[in-house]
Amino acid sequence: MSTRLPKGGRLIDRSKSLSFTFSGQPLRGFAGDTLASALLGAGQTMVGRSFKYHRPRGIVASGAEEPNALVGLGRNARFEPDQRTTTTELFEGAETTSQNHWPSLKFDVGAINDKLYRLFPAGFYYKTFMFPRFAWKHVFEPIVRQSAGLGAVPKERDPDRYEQAYAYCDVLVAGGGVAGLAAALKAGRAGKRVIVLEQTPHWGGRAVVDGGQIDGLDAEAWVKDALQKLESMENVTLRNRTMAAGLHDHGYVIGYQSVGDTTPGDGRPRHRLWRIRAGLTITATGAIERPLSFAGNDIPGVMLASAVRDYLVNWAVSCGDRTVVVTNNDDAYRTALALLDAGLAVPAIIDARDMPAGPLVDEARRRGIKVMEGHGITRVLGKTNVTGVEICRQAGEGSVVKQIDCDCVAMSGGWSPVVHLWSHCGGKLTWDEAHAMFRPDTTRPPTGADGGPIAQPVGAANGHLRLSEIMDEAGIGAASDEEGPMAPVWLMPAGAPDALRFKAFLDYQNDVKVSDVQLAAREGYESVEHTKRYTTLGMATDQGKLSNINGLAILSDALGRPIPATGTTTFRPPYTPISFGAVTGEARGEIFQPLRRTPMHEWHEARGAHWEPVGLWRRPYCYPRSGESHRDAVNREITNTRTNVGLLDASTLGKIVVKGPDAGKFLDMLYTNMMSNLAVGKCRYGLMCNENGFLMDDGVVVRLSEDSWLCHTTSGGADRIHAWMEDWLQCEWWDWKVYTANLTEQYAQVAVVGPKARDLLEKLGGMDVSKEALPFMQYVEGTLAGIPARIFRISFSGELSYEIAVPASYGLALWEALNSEGAAFGAMPYGTEALHVMRAEKGFIMIGDETDGTVIPQDLNLNWAISKKKEDFLGKRAMERSHMTDPERWKLVGLETVDGSVLPDGVYAVAEGHNANGQRNVQGRVTSTYYSPTLKRGIAMGLVKHGPERTGEVIDFPGDNGAVHQARIVDPCFYDKDGEKQNV
Amino acid sequence: MSEPVSALNGAKAQGFAQVAEQGLKGMIAIRCDLESKSLAKVVKGMGLSVPAQRRIVTAEGRALAWMSPDELLLLCDYADASGVTAQLAEALAKEHALVTDVSDARALFRVSGEKADQVLMKLCPVDFETLPEGEMRRTRAAQVAAAIWRSGSEELSIICFRSVAGYMMGLLEVSARQGGEIA
Repeated sequence: MSTRLPKGGRLIDRSKSLSFTFSGQPLRGFAGDTLASALLGAGQTMVGRSFKYHRPRGIVASGAEEPNALVGLGRNARFEPDQRTTTTELFEGAETTSQNHWPSLKFDVGAINDKLYRLFPAGFYYKTFMFPRFAWKHVFEPIVRQSAGLGAVPKERDPDRYEQAYAYCDVLVAGGGVAGLAAALKAGRAGKRVIVLEQTPHWGGRAVVDGGQIDGLDAEAWVKDALQKLESMENVTLRNRTMAAGLHDHGYVIGYQSVGDTTPGDGRPRHRLWRIRAGLTITATGAIERPLSFAGNDIPGVMLASAVRDYLVNWAVSCGDRTVVVTNNDDAYRTALALLDAGLAVPAIIDARDMPAGPLVDEARRRGIKVMEGHGITRVLGKTNVTGVEICRQAGEGSVVKQIDCDCVAMSGGWSPVVHLWSHCGGKLTWDEAHAMFRPDTTRPPTGADGGPIAQPVGAANGHLRLSEIMDEAGIGAASDEEGPMAPVWLMPAGAPDALRFKAFLDYQNDVKVSDVQLAAREGYESVEHTKRYTTLGMATDQGKLSNINGLAILSDALGRPIPATGTTTFRPPYTPISFGAVTGEARGEIFQPLRRTPMHEWHEARGAHWEPVGLWRRPYCYPRSGESHRDAVNREITNTRTNVGLLDASTLGKIVVKGPDAGKFLDMLYTNMMSNLAVGKCRYGLMCNENGFLMDDGVVVRLSEDSWLCHTTSGGADRIHAWMEDWLQCEWWDWKVYTANLTEQYAQVAVVGPKARDLLEKLGGMDVSKEALPFMQYVEGTLAGIPARIFRISFSGELSYEIAVPASYGLALWEALNSEGAAFGAMPYGTEALHVMRAEKGFIMIGDETDGTVIPQDLNLNWAISKKKEDFLGKRAMERSHMTDPERWKLVGLETVDGSVLPDGVYAVAEGHNANGQRNVQGRVTSTYYSPTLKRGIAMGLVKHGPERTGEVIDFPGDNGAVHQARIVDPCFYDKDGEKQNV
Repeated sequence: MSEPVSALNGAKAQGFAQVAEQGLKGMIAIRCDLESKSLAKVVKGMGLSVPAQRRIVTAEGRALAWMSPDELLLLCDYADASGVTAQLAEALAKEHALVTDVSDARALFRVSGEKADQVLMKLCPVDFETLPEGEMRRTRAAQVAAAIWRSGSEELSIICFRSVAGYMMGLLEVSARQGGEIA
C-alpha cells in the first residue's frame, strides 16, 4: 500500500496541510501535492474502474500521460468529470469522486464484464452494429449507452469565467525542463522575444528528480540559476501552468493556462487560452516512459518506474513497501536506487535483457539488489492491489520460476519522445532502432510560409535520453550515469499464451489488450489508423500516450513487418484535453455574440417589445400590451396604422452613399433598372441581382446630388451589399471613379405611416410635407422638431408614408417626439410582423420570403424593374439562359383560401401524378402567408407554375395530418389596387 | 431643441483598468486621393498633415488617421463635425472625393491605466508590445471591427460601430475585471 514518508519531498510544504475528499471520504495532503500524490500519500491506491471491464485501476503515471486516475472534481455547477489527478493541483476543500462504477468503487456490478471478456473482443461495437440487425437498436445500444463514458456530465451552468489572450514572439519554447531552459537562455541572450511555456507548476522537468551535473552544478541548482537569468531578461516571458496544446499552420501556437483552478470562486478566470504567433517553436516536450505488456499490468500498484521515482522524490510518497522493478533498460535502476535511499525494499529487479551492464546496474548489484537477468513477469498477483509477481524466463511462454511478494511493481519499457507538437503541423518522424522509439526527423520539419522550419525539437523530445546528450545539444557540459543499451520488449514473456495476452493491457483507459490488436490483425486490419478505430486503441482521453508505440509494435509483429512500416497514428491537437470554457473565452451570456442595437432599442425593450432577430440586430416583432397575444398585438398595430398612424423603427435599413463621376454608370451595373437617369431629389425602387441573375437585394435609391446617390438596402443586407459594391470597385472596375460609404448606422430612421402621418409631421413642425412640397417618391431635407432631418416620401404599406432619417444621436429624441406628439392622432409603434403583413396586403415582395437565392425578378413579375435599354447589368446575361426564360418557371401569384383560413407557411401545391421517387408531383409553393386583419381573412403569396395565367383556379396544398388546404389563385395585390391611399 | 446622445451616454467600468465610453465625438470619413494637394492644404489649415500609412496625427484637439490607401478619418469635437465636413467637401469639391460625417455611426471608448494593454490583448490580435504611439491599428475586438490607437500615456482609444457599443462595453468590462490581470 502507498503511504507518505516522514521526511523529504521536493515540492510539498508540510507546514501547509490541506483537506480534501475522495468519494466522500475525508483525506489530507500538503500544499504542493497533486491530487494523485495526495491520494497515494493517503493510501488510496485504487482510484477508479476501467471503461469496459470495470477492472480496478490505480495511478500509473505522474504526469499528462496518466490513463487511469481520472476523477470527478467539484460539485454541482463546478462539477467537472475526467480530471486527471496527476496534473491537477491539490487545493483546500477539493471534492473528488471516483468514476465508472456502480454502486461503489469497492463493489462494482459492472466488474462482471471482466469475467465475460471473451464477449467483448476487439471491434465489439462494430460487430454489434452488424449482426443481428435488430440487436444494435434494441439490445446493444441501450446497454452501451448506459455503461459507456467515464464521468458524469455536469448539469448546471458553469459559474466560472474564461478568457483568451494574444501573444507574439520570435521563439516559443514548449517545455520548461533543462532542454527548454537551455534553449530559452540561448534565444534570450541572442535578443529574441521568447515565451517559455511549462505545463506543470514546476521547472526543471525530469533532471531535478533524476539528478546529474550541469555546467558544474547539481541539476536542481542549475535550473534555479537558469530561471533567475531568464527572469532578469526583459525579452523573455516565463509561463508555468501553461501547456502548449497545439502547433498550427504559420507558427500559431495554442497555449492553455490554468489560472484559477485551485481557487474556485475567487473571481479570477479559471483558464486562459493563449493564441500565440511564434516565429519558431522549440519543442522541449520531453519523453514519456512506456509500460511493459504482461498479464495483470493494470492492477493497482503497477506503475511506471519513473512515476514511482517522482512520487518518492517530489512528494515523499512511497508507492509500496516492497517494489519489484521490471525493465528493459538501465533508467529504471534509478528507481530501485532511489527506493533504497528512502529505506524501502526492492526484492528484485527483473531485467528482460540477458546481459545488462553499466554503472547503474553495478550500483544496484553492489547495494545488494537481486538482478534477475533475462527474466520477465508471468503475471501480477492481486485483485484490487498488487500482492506479488510470478517470474518467468522472458524468452519462454511464462512457466513460473519464482514468486515474489510485493505491493508495487515499477515497470519500464523504454522511453518515447513526446513528438506531438512537432507532428501537429506535419513534422515527420524516424524510427530509432537503438532506443526502439520514433524521434523527430529534423530533415523534415513542419514548414512555414517561407518553406523554412517552424519547429525545432530539443532534448528528450528530440530523442536525447541522457542528460549529457541533452545538454551537449545546447552546448553545455553535463554529466550523468552512463547507461547500457536497452532491448525492445513488446510482450512479456515473449511467447505469452492466450491466457496471459488476454490480461496484458495496452490501452488502460479503453481496456485494449494485446490479444485485441492481434485479433484485429487476424481479421485483416493492416492500417494502424483502422486498427486504432476498430480496437479503440489510443482513442480515450489520454489519446494513447502510453499505448501508442506498444500497440503498433504488437500490430507490426502480428503483420510480420517492421514498426516503421506500420507507422504511427496521427498526432492531433490538443496535447491533453482543454476546457470548452477556454475555447469559448469571453463569448458567453450577454457577449456570446454581438447584439446590434438601434438608438431606440432600450425604448422598445422598456415597452415590452417581442423581439425578432434580423441579422445581428433585434427588431421589435410587435409591442404586446398587457394581456394581449402577439397575434392580437400585430392585428391592432396594423389596423391602427391603416386607420390612424403607425411608427416603425427602420434604423436597421441599409444606407450606402455612392458618389463619383462614374457613380451613375456603377449603379446601372448593380441594379437591374436604370438609376443614372433618376432626377436629383427623387427616389426609385430598385432590384439587385448576382451574376447568375438571382435576386439578392432590393430597396429605394435616392439621388442626392448630381454625382451622389443613397442606396437603401434590406436590414440584413447592408454589410453584404456594401462589400459587394467594394468587391466590384476594387477587383473588377478599379479604374471607375466611385467612392462608397456605408452610413447605415449614421442615421436613425423612422417610418411614419398612415392617413394621419402628415398631420403628425406638421404638428412636429419645421418642414413642409404637403402633397405639393413633397410628392410621392421624393425627398426633402430640413429641420424637423429641431432635429436635422431628411424626409423620404416612400411607402412599403400602401399608406401615406414618410421615412425620416436623423443623425443616430437624435434618434431616440425623434422617436419620443413622434410618440408623444402622435398620441393625439392615435399614433402607436408597430413591429416587423405588422410591416410584413401590410406589405403582403399590397403584394410587395420581401427578400428572403419570396426569394431564396433561386428566384429571378421575372419569377416575381418584376419585369417592369428590368431595364431593356441598358447594354449590361449584373445578372443580365444569366437571365437569358434557357432555364431562366423557360415559361414553365413558377411565378408569383396571390393565394386566397376557399374558406378564408390561413395557409400554412412553406406548403407545396400538388399536381397530378408521381415523380420517379414515388412522390407527388408539385406545381407551386407558398412563400408568404398571413392573417390580414384589414381583409379579415388569410392571404398568401406563392410561386405557381403558369400562375398568372391561372387566375381563379383552385389548387390543393396538402398540410399536416392529411389536411388539404384549397386556395384560389388571385392577384397578389389584395388591398387598394389603385394606390389611392398612399397618393394623398 | 433636442440634445444628441451617444450610444452609451458615457458609461464607465472600473476593473484593473478604467473603461469609459467617451460620449459624442466628431468623426469624418474622407475618401480621396491621399496625394491630393487640396487635401494637404485643407488639413494643414487645421494644423494637421496627411498621415502616412497606419499613422495618426494629432493637433489642437483634432486628429487625422490613415484608414486605407484612399481613406482618412478626421476626429474633432462633435459640435464642429458638420461644419468641418462641409469645409472639407468644399475644399475637395473639384476632385473625386467623398466626405461623410460618420460621428453618429461610431462609438469611442478609452481604456486607461498601467495595465490598459492587457485589456485589449485579450480581445484583439495585435502585438501591443510593439504597437507604437502614433499608429492607428484597424483590427477586431472579439467579433466586431475596431480601430485602436495609443491616445495618451497608459491610455488606448477604441472606435467601433455605434450599434455594437453595448457589446464592446461588455467585452472591455469583462476583460478588465479584477483578477484577470496577466502576471
